Amino acid sequence: MAERVGIEVSVAIGDAARLANVDVIAAYPITPQTHIVEHLAELVANGELDAAYIPVESEHSAMSACLGSAAAGARTFTATAGQGLELMHEVLYVASSMRFPVVMTVANRALSSPLSVWGDHSDVMAVRDTGWIQIFTENGQEVVDHVFCAFRIAEDNKVLLPVMIHLDGFHLSHVIEPITFPEQSKVDKFLPPNSYPLPLHPDRPVTMGDFAPPIIYPEAKWAQEVNLRASKETILKCWQEFADIFGHRYSPVESYHGEKAKTLLLTMGSFSETAMTAIDKMRGKGKDVGLVRLRLWRPFPFEEFRRAVAGAETLIVVDRALSFGGPGGPVCSEVKAALYGEAKKPKVVSFVAGIGGRDISPSDFETIVNKGIKISEKGSPNEFEIFGVRE
Amino acid sequence: MAKRKPKSEGEMTWKDLEIGAIVTEPGNASWYKTGDWRSQRPTYDFKKCIKCALCQIFCPEGCILQNDDGYFEADMYYCKGCGICARECPTGVVTMVEEEE
Repeated sequence: MAERVGIEVSVAIGDAARLANVDVIAAYPITPQTHIVEHLAELVANGELDAAYIPVESEHSAMSACLGSAAAGARTFTATAGQGLELMHEVLYVASSMRFPVVMTVANRALSSPLSVWGDHSDVMAVRDTGWIQIFTENGQEVVDHVFCAFRIAEDNKVLLPVMIHLDGFHLSHVIEPITFPEQSKVDKFLPPNSYPLPLHPDRPVTMGDFAPPIIYPEAKWAQEVNLRASKETILKCWQEFADIFGHRYSPVESYHGEKAKTLLLTMGSFSETAMTAIDKMRGKGKDVGLVRLRLWRPFPFEEFRRAVAGAETLIVVDRALSFGGPGGPVCSEVKAALYGEAKKPKVVSFVAGIGGRDISPSDFETIVNKGIKISEKGSPNEFEIFGVRE
Repeated sequence: MAKRKPKSEGEMTWKDLEIGAIVTEPGNASWYKTGDWRSQRPTYDFKKCIKCALCQIFCPEGCILQNDDGYFEADMYYCKGCGICARECPTGVVTMVEEEE
């Protein structure tokens, strides 16, 4: 029987990795990811998880060790946050370019300076172009579910790409939630053993990460791009099968009363749940407003996104990161680019909110919506604004 | 002496690449022609050669081998024309000359 327990989300992630039967964990602790890898270290030390736990000296080394592990065909897991993700940066490209199915949970955290251990999406946006499949989660159950889905997607021989699961630091990582764990037998059935096709083996020598002169580099990169785009098909199939077996349904873009709404709010991550409360309140007052939640960040779900916002007049995007000197929040820029070629499209308004762990309450979302509608009608001298900044 | 690969890099499309551009044929670095980097090439006056093999030892490319008469000669598929053999030869066998098209 599936088991429903009250548990800290970070600990639950460790348990999910155990159920996913990971072979290797290479990680370096960093707030707010610490409890995830702490719990995994404990599971390995107690003999509850038959895996190699590699304590490394930095995140750069963590991801490098993950490369080696994945190259040998082992099921490989790691986790990080904020500065740690930045220190991994160059190795992230190598993981996706060499097509290694590593799975990583990122407890999203703001970047220094000033030093902040609290949550936002600065770390996510800085690794946007690293070629990983990237998925946002809204609550603990979603993170646990996505650990299973992520391995299934990553290791699918049609995909063979690393997957990042984003969960908001503290707002998700450190809260205790009721979480349903599936039975081991069901996980095993859903998640067959890793079958990486070209593992390092003395009988079949290969060269990984070889040298590519200009005559072949663009071909290698295009192959990677085609592959990442095509992964969406496998992602959709995986989520469908997951829903059939476990009953939890996931889509690249998820709508909450958004189908016919005149005004749409767009969020990602755990703040989507707060936004839903705000939407309920506003709709209760007769306001024609809905919510669009972006789950799949890479590959960007262009079709699903355009469909989700097609009927709206105003689309208010709430980013949790800055693109300094740029056109607005990073997600908003992408949204605008995705809509540029459309004949009929909503007016897009850009807000940045909740950076460095600043809370956004349901009533804050109400204020954002009201302000956004006004800006879409009358225009604004600014490309975007940081919500709630004291003048 | 150099092995040629079935399809040169210039003929390969993105679909011809293995996943992650992994190379599955061991030892295929020998296909890589470095001879066309050369702007000078070595010429030989074997009458002066004492077969000491110093040129072979110093060659950074490892492309100097003994010919049928036992003299040391560079494989022009790989020789980058660095001139180290000419500099190290104690008897002045090797002279570098401009590579002409």
